[in-house]
Amino acid sequence: MAYSEKVLDHYENPRNVGSFDKSDEHVGTGMVGAPACGDVMKLQIKVNEAGVIEDACFKTYGCGSAIASSSLVTEWVKGKSIEEALAIKNSQIAEELALPPVKIHCSVLAEDAIRAAVDDYRKKQAGGEEQ
Amino acid sequence: MTDLPEQGHFALFALPVRFRLDEAALAAAWRTLQAQFHPDRAAHLSAVEQRRALQWATRINEAYNVLRDPLARAAHVLELNGVPLDLERNAAMPPEFLMQQMQWREALEEARTDAGALDALAREVAAAAQAQQDALARACDDQQDYAAAAQWLRRLHFTERLRAEIGRVRTAQDC
Repeated sequence: MAYSEKVLDHYENPRNVGSFDKSDEHVGTGMVGAPACGDVMKLQIKVNEAGVIEDACFKTYGCGSAIASSSLVTEWVKGKSIEEALAIKNSQIAEELALPPVKIHCSVLAEDAIRAAVDDYRKKQAGGEEQ
Repeated sequence: MTDLPEQGHFALFALPVRFRLDEAALAAAWRTLQAQFHPDRAAHLSAVEQRRALQWATRINEAYNVLRDPLARAAHVLELNGVPLDLERNAAMPPEFLMQQMQWREALEEARTDAGALDALAREVAAAAQAQQDALARACDDQQDYAAAAQWLRRLHFTERLRAEIGRVRTAQDC
């Protein structure tokens, strides 16, 4: 299958590959997977006191489009507030990467990963206040 | 050509709609039907009859291939029970399960140049796949809990994908 240039760029030079400490209270970890293709995606965000995403990283095992979608998302969420990050839609990811219809689910996965990471972060924050 | 009966592919081979399969019974029923509808046997018949025989032969083989494949068979049983698997709609998987998948993928990366580690990983993943199939069979056939069965089947899709990947790495190592 022919990948777009942007997908290839992210695939060959993925941005922000790596891991943060999962137990860090400023880190939110989102794990998502697509049963249809067996792809697994981990997206982590590091949020500062002002509620801004300072840093982000990912690890994805999957096709080029899944890797590119998560790589792109780490770039996009950096410097954004949590709310702004949640506003990122899969359609924007798909459009930016010129994903074909059969690969749209990769962009959905990346959007879900943002939400999962934010949920995890918020859960940690709420838990921390209760203690 | 008739429509797919309510019992789907199973009815064609007079087998019960269930995930656990009597493989010998399927193979025997397939051979019988194959012989009956083989296009060669229709060679002396009219063009219409020949086309009908060909359609049946195709239909029989399609059904046979679905039932022989555990993942496709499970999806078919679920569909017949009104729980279509719908893999494309991104079903949420439990975080611990995904974490395990991620760890296995990482282990596979490390095992690329280590045949011993690859064997150990292959055994571990094969055992997990077997456990998932067993759980699927229990949910599906014993408890008729098709939603739970669908969840096991989704897990099995990940695990089978990983096993295929392990197989590719092993082939590359052997070269």
